[in-house]
Amino acid sequence: MSDSPSASPTAPALLYCHCQYAQVLPPEVKAAVLRHLCERELPFEAVADLCELSARRDPSLKRLASAGPIKIAACFPRAVKWLFAAAEAPLAQATTEVLNLRTRSADEIVASLASGELHPNLPEGKVSPDDAPKPREAGPSAPDPS
Amino acid sequence: MALTDRSLRVVLYEGSGANPLDADLRLAAMNALLERGFAVTRAGAGRPLAPADDAPLLVLGRWAEGRPPSVEADAKVRWGSPDPATVADQAEAARAEFAAPAPGAWKPWFPVIDYDRCTNCMQCLSFCLFGVYGVDDGKRIQVQNNDHCKTNCPACSRVCPEAAIMFPKYKAGPINGDVVSDSDLNREKMKIDISALLGGDVYSLLRDRSERARSRFSKERDSDKALAERQKCLTKLAALAGDIPAEVLMSLPSPEEISRKAAEAAAKAEAARAAQAAPNA
Ligand code: SF4
Ligand code: SF4
Repeated sequence: MSDSPSASPTAPALLYCHCQYAQVLPPEVKAAVLRHLCERELPFEAVADLCELSARRDPSLKRLASAGPIKIAACFPRAVKWLFAAAEAPLAQATTEVLNLRTRSADEIVASLASGELHPNLPEGKVSPDDAPKPREAGPSAPDPS
Repeated sequence: MALTDRSLRVVLYEGSGANPLDADLRLAAMNALLERGFAVTRAGAGRPLAPADDAPLLVLGRWAEGRPPSVEADAKVRWGSPDPATVADQAEAARAEFAAPAPGAWKPWFPVIDYDRCTNCMQCLSFCLFGVYGVDDGKRIQVQNNDHCKTNCPACSRVCPEAAIMFPKYKAGPINGDVVSDSDLNREKMKIDISALLGGDVYSLLRDRSERARSRFSKERDSDKALAERQKCLTKLAALAGDIPAEVLMSLPSPEEISRKAAEAAAKAEAARAAQAAPNA
């Protein structure tokens, strides 16, 4: 077996959010999930803080949202759905599973990441994220870091 | 620098042309980068390295024979080593070189609207004094200036009658994005009807308190006492209003500004409602 990480064409992409600017994810769950990802021979994406990327409308969210099936280890599916939508990167209802690091145990998350199965779980609603208002052309101004 | 400038992406490369990393080293490098706010892609032979977007890249790897082969010639790329002790500094140097935004310069605290629930009633737009909300061309509510939001203040989520406003970093549901139950919608604690709670509108209350305090203080001419009294009033208001941080209340504009901004926000909301109601709007 090759040591270089590679993904089967059907395996969902994996995204891990470190929630760097808040203490809302249990640290032991974050640590166990990141360790698991680093021990496996699979490519994955890790972001410091999905909320920050959403606020920036970072193009990497579009790249991830359009990459096909995806498992996202972050927080509540409703929050993740609309964070992506706010960045004009709507997640596909049928091919997105959000693993909630706030409420589920590390073992459950790791087991879900380890299995190749995808259980789509974005909340269904009356509108699709595509229907949500598009952000204005000009982005928000830079925040005052002080 | 605008909030929407492209962020630096760091790639831990272990695909063709590079030697694999030990899991402990990979984890240490990941942690060091994430804790400094950088996004990291663990890439391999099965994925292309070139960005699908135009984000600048720092590619870290143990190269067997120089650079990995699959990088587009015009990509904005820098190369480095995955040494956990230096990865964050390498990323910071690349970020500065590409003039990419500094991660963490702003705590990403802002409202996120759940359009499955939102009825476009404009209460949030009427309520917010800081210009966070606006409407799009179709007169639909949207978050326009998320960096104007006051850190840790969830007040607007509590005036939304539909529980459609989330703050994903908030401590409790449903404001944090947890499922909204029927009981949430009826629960007094969830919905702060600030006006009812204070027996009037919150802005006039602040204005009255401030004016009363000012006339008393102008007689006393004691600014320390004035400040202490204002703090006392605001702390009391903060307790009444639940979890609105005292420093947010302290940073409210002057009473005159509050009246002006509240009137402006209400007019904006009214105009949006009128446009929605108008035929052919
Ligand atoms: S998406 Fe959720 S887990 Fe990620 S940074 Fe935002 S609040 Fe934290
Ligand atoms: S208060 Fe709630 S329902 Fe009304 S416009 Fe704002 S988000 Fe939508």
